[in-house]
This record gives sequence, C-alpha cells and structure tokens, in this order.
Amino acid sequence: MNRAWILCRRELGSYFSTPLAYVFIVIFLLMSNLFTFSLGGFYEVGQADLLPFFTYHPWLYLFLIPAIGMRLWAEERKSGTIELLLTLPLRLGEAVLGKFLAAWLFTGIALALTFPIWLTVNFLGEPDNGVVVASYLGSWLMAGAFLAIGSCMSAVSANQVVAFILSLVTCFVFVVSGFPLVLDFFESWAPVALVDAIAALSFITHFNAISRGVLDLSDLLFFVLMISGWLLATAIVIELKKSQAA
Amino acid sequence: MIEVDNLHKSFGAFEAVKGVSFRLQPGEVLGFIGPNGAGKSTTMKMMAGFLAPTLGTVSMFGQDVWAEPLAAKAAIGYLPEGAPAYGDMRTLAFLKFIAAVRGIPKSRRAAAVDAMVAALELEKLLSKRIEQLSKGFKRRVALAQALIHDPRVLILDEPTDGLDPNQKHQVRRLIQNLSDDKIVIISTHILEEVSALCSRVIVIAGGQLVADATPAELAARSVYHGAVRVRCADPRVPTARLAQLPGVERVEWDAAGEFLVVVPTPGKTLLGEVKQCLDQAGIQAEEMYVEQGHLDDVFRSLTHTDSVEAA
Repeated sequence: MNRAWILCRRELGSYFSTPLAYVFIVIFLLMSNLFTFSLGGFYEVGQADLLPFFTYHPWLYLFLIPAIGMRLWAEERKSGTIELLLTLPLRLGEAVLGKFLAAWLFTGIALALTFPIWLTVNFLGEPDNGVVVASYLGSWLMAGAFLAIGSCMSAVSANQVVAFILSLVTCFVFVVSGFPLVLDFFESWAPVALVDAIAALSFITHFNAISRGVLDLSDLLFFVLMISGWLLATAIVIELKKSQAA
Repeated sequence: MIEVDNLHKSFGAFEAVKGVSFRLQPGEVLGFIGPNGAGKSTTMKMMAGFLAPTLGTVSMFGQDVWAEPLAAKAAIGYLPEGAPAYGDMRTLAFLKFIAAVRGIPKSRRAAAVDAMVAALELEKLLSKRIEQLSKGFKRRVALAQALIHDPRVLILDEPTDGLDPNQKHQVRRLIQNLSDDKIVIISTHILEEVSALCSRVIVIAGGQLVADATPAELAARSVYHGAVRVRCADPRVPTARLAQLPGVERVEWDAAGEFLVVVPTPGKTLLGEVKQCLDQAGIQAEEMYVEQGHLDDVFRSLTHTDSVEAA
C-alpha cells in the first residue's frame, strides 16, 4: 500500500511537470463554467443551488476524463517503462492502484478548483451546502469510474488515440444507458428486469441521485464497485498483453 | 544461487524459448549471446519476473520468481532492453523514486543515491530531465536504477548497446568492479565483451541453449584454436611445405593478406614445427603467435546450423 502511494506521488508529480496538466485544468474550468452559465442558465433559474453546474458533469467528463486516462498504461507500454515498473518489487495491483489514484487525485484537484462557483452561489443566496458537498463527492466518484474505464482501455491499446476513443465509447454507453430514449427502445421487447438492470448501470442515474443530496449507500457502492471492477480488469488486461507482445 | 529450470515461453503459436535450463552461483558473470530473436531477451524478462513462463521455473536463492515475486524481485537489479526510464522525471527524482519503491529506508536513501551518482558520474545530470539526456547518459541513469539497492543478482539486457567506446569501457569497468558475491547476467552482441567480462557464456539459438561453457572453452572450439599466425613479407614463404607438415589442416592468408594462418587439425600444437620449417627455409618471420580461437566463428557455427535446422 505504501508502495502504491510512492508510485502515486511520482505519477502526480509527472502530471505537473508538463504544461498538459495546466492546460487540462484550464479547459475543465472554462468548460464547466460555460456549461453552467450558458447551457445551465445558472442566473435565469434563480435558485441558489449548483444543479446547473453539476448536471453537465457527466458530459464534461465524457470527453475530458478519457484524455487523462489514455496515457496511464499506453505510455508505459510505448516507452518500455512498464518493464521497469513491473520488475520493481511491487504488486501489479499496487501499480494499477497507484497510477489510478494519481489520476483520480488530479481530477480531484481540477474539481476543487471550481470552488469560486460555490462561493458565488453562497454569496448570492443560501444554498444547501450539504447537498453541494454531496454533489462534489458524487461528481468525484463518477470521475473515478470514468477514469477506471480509461485505465482499462489504456491497457488495451499502446496507442493513446485508440485508448481515448475506446474509453470515450465505453463511457458513453455507461452514460446514456439511463436515458429514456435508450430505455424506451429496450422496454418494447426486453423483460422489465433487464431494462432495470440497464438503467441501473447508468452513471447519470446514480450521479443524479447523489447530486439531489440523497447519499444512498447503493449509489456510492455503485461507483466504488465500478472503479474496483474496471481496475481489476486493467490488471487482467495488462497481464494478458504482456504475454502477447514478442 | 539462480536456478533456471526447463523454461518455455510461447507467444501464441510462436515458441520463443524452448526448454532453457542452467544454474548460476554467486561470483559468476554470465554472458548471454545469440542472434537477434533467439530468445535472449525473453529469457531475461522471465528471469526478472516481467513475463510469466509458459512452462518451467526460475528461482532466486530458493525463492520462485513467480510464487514469491516480491522477495525474488527485491534481490534483482534489472536493466531492460533499451534502458527505459521515465523521461519526464529529473535524474535525481527518478533515482529517489526507485530507491523508495525498492524499500530502501529513508535514512539510507540519500546515501544510496549518492553512491550511484559517484559510481556512474551522474553529478552533472541530477537536475536534468531524463528525456533530454544523450543515449550514453540515459544508459548510465538506467544502470544506476538497476544497482541502487545493491542487488545480489544483476540482469542487464545489452548494457553497452549504443554507447561510444569510452562509455562502453566505463560500463565494463563498472561491471568488473562489482563485488564478487553477485550474480551478473549480461546479454550482448559484442563478443569481445564476453571474453573481457564473463566467466561463463551461454549461447542461445532458436530458443534453445546450444552452448554453456567458459569463454576460453568456447574459443577452443574454434577451428582457429591453436592456429599459428605468421606475419612475413618474404614472398619465398614455403606455403606448400607448411601445408604438408604433420598435424596441419590447411594454410591460408587472412582477409587483409597480412598474416599467414597455419590451421592445425583439432588438438594439435604447431608452433615448434612451423618455426622449424621457416628456419629451414631461411625465412625470418616478423611476428608469430598462437591463436586462442575466434568467438565469432564459434558463434556463427553454433547458431547458423541451428537456424538451418529450424527452417
């Protein structure tokens, strides 16, 4: 566990050693504000809450998180450092976790930097800050789930562009699976249990529940399981891929 | 002790390594040679615990690399092919990171890094990003990474590849100066390196071990082992008479046309006879010596026949 943390610190350091991290944070902040104020109608709604801000997070993450996740393992494979990393005395699980944690903390930093909007809403009215905290937590958990998918896809392909597209597509499936449009399509022929299962897989369903301020254990568990499952898949894919490349 | 037992590795239908076994004792420096694609790197990757063998085992001092990976990996220092390192890190930060993951206690970490910096002359590189370093410097940083925890086993995949002669010399000296209780495994394409560094040579071809001997024993398998080389500008040199001496296989000129090479039938020594023959002819040789044999020519005969068989 300690070794995973050492690795995490190295990774996090390397994010900030290139301008890429700063560019990412700037884009994230610009986009989230753009969504909040123009699409979300933050002022027009006239309510002192951050719903217009959080509503668009799944869409924002859909494009931005795969961009972070794509380099996680693809770069290690491409540069050959994976051989160095995996011959150090650390478990594969620690390596997967350490790298994921670094990326997750990085998105956490980007998310935390949106605090001015929280200050704004507190200045303008009296929002339910408990709901805001829950929403931030939910958003960060959801980012983790997106990232875990990205981690797995990045292990699938040493090409970062391919990894980006694969995770974008996979994340998209998990986002839209809760949409009425998609569910209607299944409802016409599939059994109710299946439709419910598909709806339950949607990030949006669980995220919306949390961002309404309902901290249900099942929603938290959903994201935790998503993250664990995709990280486990990452480790399996890495193990498989190692034996393929001659 | 390292025990490599019946190691196999397949990539899909392709069998890269087919049943390699050997044992190494502390103090041995093993040279791993073989043509490209012979399975050297794959074998080393399995020994270092990166690739899982399809069949067979590797154990380091009694610890199986795959059953107890952490303990086995802790005993190993590994320089992968191409000497990869995190390019976005600075040298000092990289070495500190490796020392930390390697579990060197905080109190001794700085000393371990300093020792590597001194041994590999990295002083000027400490604050540079690894991606900005030249090939030779990068290789040295990667070597430092492999040595920092003073491992009992060193696995170096082509440690001098791409270095200039001075850098090669430096890396060789470093390997020679390692303490006597280590086990060192080096793969290389440079056969002189094997003679200069290794106490033992293993030749791999087509995924199989085709020779396991000391460099001298291997050289002795050369047809040129015991051959007498004579430098002589005199045109009257009695080539025909030399060729008829007992125990002479053939007489030939070397590629540059400078030396006359008298090749013996295996196991014969000829120096006395050749000298006598030249004296009788009244010819003064400018230079004359007995060859130990050519490793490259043994290498070719060992690995060539094998590739023909495989084809």
